[in-house]
Amino acid sequence: MTDAEDLKALEARLKRWEETSLKDSLKALPERRATFVTTSSRPVRRLYTPLDLAGKSAAERLGEPGEYPFTRGIHPTMYRGRLWTMRMFAGYGSAEDTNRRFKYLIDHGETGLSVAFDMPTLYGYDTDAKEAKGEFGTCGVAVSSLEDMEILFRGIDVGEVSTSMTINSPASVTWAMYLAMAEKRGVPLTKLRGTIQNDILKEYEAQKEWIFPPEASMRLVVDTFEFGAKQVPQWNTISISGYHIREAGATAAQELAFTLANGMEYVRWGIDRGLRVDDFAPRLSFFFNAHNDLFEEIAKYRAARRIWAREMRDTFAAKSPRSWLLRTHAQTAGVSLTAQQPEVNIVRTTIQALAAVLGGTQSLHTNSYDEAYQVPNEKAVRVALRTQQILAHESGVANTVDPLGGSYYLEALTDELEEEAYRTFDRIQELGGVIPAIRKGYFQQEIANSAYRYQREIEDKERTIVGVNDFVVDEQPEVERLKVSEASYRAQLERLKRTRKTRDAQKHARALDRLRNGCEGDDNTMPLILDAVRARATLGETCDVMREVFGVWEEPLLY
Amino acid sequence: MPKKIRVLIAKPGLDGHDRGAKVIARALRDAGMEVIYTGLRQTPEDIVEAAIQEDVDAIGLSCLSGAHMVLFPDVVKLLKKRRAGDILVAGGGIIPEDDVPKLKKAGIKAVFGPGTPLSDVVAFFQKAGKAKGA
Amino acid sequence: MASLLDGDKRAAAKLISLIEDDEPEAAEALATIYPHTGRAHVIGFTGAPGVGKSSLINRLVRLFRARGKKVGVVAVDPTSPYSGGAVLGDRIRMADTGVDPGVFIRSMATRGHAGGLALATFDAVRVLDAMGMDVVLVETVGAGQSEVEIASRAHTTVVVEMPLAGDAVQTMKAGILEIGDVYVVNKVDLADADTLVANLRFQIEARDGWTPPIVRTSALEDARIDELADALEKHAAYLRRSGNWKKRELDRARQEILENARRLLAQRVRDPGAAGSSFETLAQQVVARKLDSQSAAVRLLQVATRKGPRQRARP
Repeated sequence: MTDAEDLKALEARLKRWEETSLKDSLKALPERRATFVTTSSRPVRRLYTPLDLAGKSAAERLGEPGEYPFTRGIHPTMYRGRLWTMRMFAGYGSAEDTNRRFKYLIDHGETGLSVAFDMPTLYGYDTDAKEAKGEFGTCGVAVSSLEDMEILFRGIDVGEVSTSMTINSPASVTWAMYLAMAEKRGVPLTKLRGTIQNDILKEYEAQKEWIFPPEASMRLVVDTFEFGAKQVPQWNTISISGYHIREAGATAAQELAFTLANGMEYVRWGIDRGLRVDDFAPRLSFFFNAHNDLFEEIAKYRAARRIWAREMRDTFAAKSPRSWLLRTHAQTAGVSLTAQQPEVNIVRTTIQALAAVLGGTQSLHTNSYDEAYQVPNEKAVRVALRTQQILAHESGVANTVDPLGGSYYLEALTDELEEEAYRTFDRIQELGGVIPAIRKGYFQQEIANSAYRYQREIEDKERTIVGVNDFVVDEQPEVERLKVSEASYRAQLERLKRTRKTRDAQKHARALDRLRNGCEGDDNTMPLILDAVRARATLGETCDVMREVFGVWEEPLLY
Repeated sequence: MPKKIRVLIAKPGLDGHDRGAKVIARALRDAGMEVIYTGLRQTPEDIVEAAIQEDVDAIGLSCLSGAHMVLFPDVVKLLKKRRAGDILVAGGGIIPEDDVPKLKKAGIKAVFGPGTPLSDVVAFFQKAGKAKGA
Repeated sequence: MASLLDGDKRAAAKLISLIEDDEPEAAEALATIYPHTGRAHVIGFTGAPGVGKSSLINRLVRLFRARGKKVGVVAVDPTSPYSGGAVLGDRIRMADTGVDPGVFIRSMATRGHAGGLALATFDAVRVLDAMGMDVVLVETVGAGQSEVEIASRAHTTVVVEMPLAGDAVQTMKAGILEIGDVYVVNKVDLADADTLVANLRFQIEARDGWTPPIVRTSALEDARIDELADALEKHAAYLRRSGNWKKRELDRARQEILENARRLLAQRVRDPGAAGSSFETLAQQVVARKLDSQSAAVRLLQVATRKGPRQRARP
């Protein structure tokens, strides 16, 4: 029988099945709900069959692992060759506090570092700025100076370990501090491996950690592409993120589409600068959420790889396969964690991590069960790390490449997400592109609408959140508090005072002047920022110069 | 006609996670209230000044970065100083259970942690409005 | 009251709330402060949603402050017809000016009033006037007939437009070309404004010795805001010089008296009493063809104006 004949026969069989077995079954036992939906409220059908996959060949849809369009994964051997990097996001209090946490995690088997910074640092303020009141070290580590960066990595060989730094608006400065620190230790820049998140577009859209207006920020980002390509070739100068877009309330489809649209915008800007796409595209990396709905998430990662490969090869004419393949980090969904019955979060995190692994992530952070109300304590973070180790070594899912490839449901879902993404790309085009759409509040509005709809579903009990609107117990969770110490705060202030007092004032002033001039002109800002950092300018001082020149972004109509 | 309840929803400090604040604002609107949403990066001074000019019945503060122990009480203190202590203050966000008694002692009338049903939040503000005669 | 006239923001805010809630004390308080009003330059802003009124107003506030003026703002947003609630989001765009002691910003919901304003809007403006504001900016919802409402109440009406991207032919609302004293074409950095500006220039006519200027503005150029502020101040000067300030105030007074009278009458026929029962009887007579409605109205006026408590209705 030919494929077409097979399908016709299947169609007939399904019809018969619907009219007999299914009909009888529904009569005896109706389904639990009228419609079943994913976490993103996408309708899910009762049964998926080869009929859902008709229309595209396996070659088109899947390809082979490690080859265009990379649906099945970006390496031929995936986790058989190398496990994903277990990279736990960590940071709180002072550099000393976080350095201790890094070592704890390394001791317990994490294979990559990931730095969480506190609010003032994320917004380009020093610990002693007035805007920093009450915010020292509460959600990440405070890094105001090169000294802080040195202490943060004390006793850690940055030539060997890869470090991801989750920082955006001031990313150039923080990166410069890392590079200057490595330099001081005699580690050549060419040896450094890591990532800076540096994804400003999603800040305007979702996380709101912006400082400067879009055009100035994009210039800073492309400066890092250019600098990195030449001087720090093993560094990922951007982590184009969907995680935060999803956390802010977007659906899986929106997370996928908005992230890739942002990605393509960065590519456009790089090309406009005059860079050859194959010179910087291989160092673009991604960061997706790993949310509750197992299959929707796996489909999302696969659709992402396929779309990116196609766009890079066909739209941007990249020649190198390394430019086509989408490398991603994933983090389990923070927003899904509950404060009620927190130990149950371990189960959520496990399923979400499983989705990321079955989806082919290159690197993974798993949330700790106490993160609905604090930065994780040691016990909680250890369990989170063990979760990854169980998946890697006991569950068997890492033993074969893309185990779910070919699943009718999964492939249909991947196709659906891909189609929806392209419709969204068209919409963004109609609005004039990513930055005009940001100014028009398009992303922000879509995200707020999805967030509201999701919350209403919970309120109306259409959607069950275990422990919150069902299976509720009246229990006070007992969790060991992790607190930021007064002593750390005072030590940090002291250190800042010392930095300002003991540095070469002239060298410092000259470096900031040169940075100011460079910002006003067309120079690549990275070397100038590096000089400022070497002259012991603080994060706040450096960002203030840039604030002076570039101005500060005013959020558009966001309701 | 029943008086309209006016509420200020504010995000003190640097924290930019506004998903919750915006959802709450919409829910309060759907419950018939007039909601002034201040936007991000508000200082306690900004918040209190807005509350006074808008003559709100209550303020809802949202903070997810852990700075609530400093910023929330600052708002209450400033309201008292400006002789507007009759404006009720509630807080929400990432707030550990054992911080709640301290916040309440500092004058925060209610704390709505993660997982709080919207209906609870709406009920609080409805009560707050009725206390002022709405 | 005394503290309000001194500039006490809490007192002013509370009075505005009383006015919005139509409390009996509000009428008395307004009557008390009325003699202290009339100084402020009231500028109304109309224009479609999304055109950038709030941001423009924010920048004007900063500029007027720099020029030494005290500024009040009343920003109106629509009340949801379904829930009766509203999200008042204009203040967000004015975040950095809110704590300036010389600035007072009040957000107001339309509360069912059709048009771009709330019933309480212009009484709130009076409160800000009485408390010492030199300029009061009123931002309308921008939909419906807001431009007509505001033109009849403000000294200066600013119409804010923005150029459409692409080749779409830009149509303008009927009437908009007749009521503006100053026209602003905003967001000129985002699309080509020349066609729109040319169209406006062609269609806008001088009235009474004033040719409405067309100012181009964009978020990226501060100089333009200076131009706008200058145009607004020029218009105020023109109004005073030409006698039109007084003329507009007279027009407005006439309108307000009539509207108050209308409202008072409507209130009276709702209340139990001579007017109310007479109203019912008259309505029955009209239906029974014993009387036509015009004659009925004359009779009603006679009855209603015979005696009644001193009340003040808001226009």
